[in-house]
Amino acid sequence: MVGTITRWAGAVVFVCVIGSAIGFAQEAHVGKLAGNAKRGKALYQRYCIFCHGPYGDGRGESAPYLDPKPRDFTKAVFKCRSTPSGSLPLDSDLYDTISRGIHASGMPSWKPLLKQERVDLVAYIKTFSSAFQEEKPAAPVEIPPEPPSSAESIQRGAQLFQSMNCWSCHGKDGRGYGPSAPTLTDSRGFPIAPFDFTSGPRFKCGETDRDMFRDLMTGLDGTPMPSFASAMTADQRWDVVHYIRSLSGHKTHAKPKIEAIGQ
Amino acid sequence: MSDEVGDSRTQGPSTALGMTRITPVKLEKAGYCMKFKLMFVAAGLLSALSTFMVLSWAADAPSSVKGTVKFEGTAPKGTRIDMSQDPICAKAHPTPATTEDVVVGSGGALENVVVYVSDGLTTHNFQPPQQPAVLEQKGCQYKPHVLALQANQKLDVVNTDETTHNIHPTPNNNREWNMTQPHGMPLEQTFAREEVAIPVKCNVHPWMKGYIAVFKHPYFAVTDKNGSFELKDLRPGTYTITAWQEKLGTQVQKVTVGAGETKAVEFTFKQ
Repeated sequence: MVGTITRWAGAVVFVCVIGSAIGFAQEAHVGKLAGNAKRGKALYQRYCIFCHGPYGDGRGESAPYLDPKPRDFTKAVFKCRSTPSGSLPLDSDLYDTISRGIHASGMPSWKPLLKQERVDLVAYIKTFSSAFQEEKPAAPVEIPPEPPSSAESIQRGAQLFQSMNCWSCHGKDGRGYGPSAPTLTDSRGFPIAPFDFTSGPRFKCGETDRDMFRDLMTGLDGTPMPSFASAMTADQRWDVVHYIRSLSGHKTHAKPKIEAIGQ
Repeated sequence: MSDEVGDSRTQGPSTALGMTRITPVKLEKAGYCMKFKLMFVAAGLLSALSTFMVLSWAADAPSSVKGTVKFEGTAPKGTRIDMSQDPICAKAHPTPATTEDVVVGSGGALENVVVYVSDGLTTHNFQPPQQPAVLEQKGCQYKPHVLALQANQKLDVVNTDETTHNIHPTPNNNREWNMTQPHGMPLEQTFAREEVAIPVKCNVHPWMKGYIAVFKHPYFAVTDKNGSFELKDLRPGTYTITAWQEKLGTQVQKVTVGAGETKAVEFTFKQ
C-alpha cells in the first residue's frame, strides 16, 4: 500500500516538474538561432544587471546616475520595434536593440558578444514580464521601397512637419526646442528631450532611411513620440524622412552600419 | 446581463426538484391510494413551480443605486489655459478655457466623478456592449474629460479640431499606445483589462489631460453636471460602491439593495 502511494506521489512530482519546466521555459528565435533564458541569465548578471537591475525593472545600481533611465523590462514596453504602437516587440527587435545600442543613452552596442549570446539575452529579458506569455506581438509594419529624394519631396516633407505638429516638440528648425518640449516625460515620469535632427543621423532605433520610416510607423512606445501609421500615406512618410535628412546635413545611409540578422 | 438571468434560472429548478422529492415520502406514511398520490404530486409540482416563478420574477426585478456627488467648501476655480502655441486651439475659445481637474456646478454638484461597483458582484463574465464609447478632441480638450467604458468595448477616438493631435494613454495595467490623429482620421482602440483610471494626454498640446476608466462589468457611471449618477440593473445584494475623483481621491460606501429597490447613496468630497 505504502509502495503504491510513493509510486503515485513520485509520478505526480515528476509530471509537475516536467510541466513547469515546459511552462516556464522562455525562448527566443532570431533567424536560425534559438535563445536559451538560462544561459541568458548568466550573461545578464554579468553585463546588464548594473543598470537594468536584478529584477529587470531598470533600478540597477547605476540607474540613478543615468539619463535617460534604463528600460524597465517588467512593463514590456519598448521603444525600438517593428510592430505597431501598443504591441510587444519581435524577438528580432530586441536583438537589434542589443546589437545596435541606443545612441544618446547609457546603452552601448553589445556587438562584442556572440550572436548566440545576444539571442540568449533576448530570451532572458522576456522572462521579466508575463506579457510575453499572455500576448503575441502583432505583425510587423510594412516598409515599401524608398522613392529617390528630391527638392520637391523635401518641400512636401517640410509642409508635413508643420501640419503634423512635429515642430511642437522637435522645434521649427528641428533642434528639439519646440514649445511642448519642456513638458515632455517618458512613461515613468522622467523628463525626456525630443531628438535634435541637426545633431546627426544617429537615431535611437537605427540610422538608415528605412529605420526612420519604421519609427514613423511604430512610434517609440514609452516616450511621447507617437505612431503616424494611419496619419500619413507611405509616400508622405518618405517625404518626412527626406526632410529630416536635409536638416542633419549628413548623407543618407543606404545600408546599416551594423548588421541586423533580425530583419 | 444575460449571464445573470441564466444564473437565476439554474437556481430555480433545483428548489422545485427538492420539493417534489419530499411530497411522495409524506404520502407513503399516510397510506393513501395511487390517485391521491398523483394528485398530491401534481399539487406539489404546481406550488413549486409557482414559488419558482415568484422567486425568479423577484430576482429579475432590477435594483439600482442612485445618488449625487457633492463638493464641500469653496469650489476651486479652474486655472486658465494658455493655448497660444497652437492658434487653431486658441481660436476655438473666445473666452479662455480653464482646467477641468475639479469641476463644481451649482449647489456643490461635483462633475466627472467615476462611481462604480468595486465589490459584491456574484457573476463575473460580462460581454462588452456593441455600442462604442466615444472620446472627442474638441477645442483642444477631451470631451468627455473623464470617460468610462467596459474592457474590450470599442473606443472611437474622434478629432474634430483642424489641428493634429496625438492621443497617448499611459496605463499601468494595459498596453501603452500613442497615435497621431490629424483632423477627421478614424481611430478605434480597446483596453483589455480593468483599470481606474488611465491618464490620457496629448504630447503636442501639453495642457490636454483626460482619464479613461475601464471596468470588467457594466455597473459604473460618471457624474454629470448635477453630480448625479445611477447604477442600473443590479441584482439584489450587498455592494461596495466606490467614487473616484482624479484630484480628490476615492471614497467607499457599502449598500444593500433588495429586489426591485432603488437605494440612494450620497458622496461628499472635501479639498
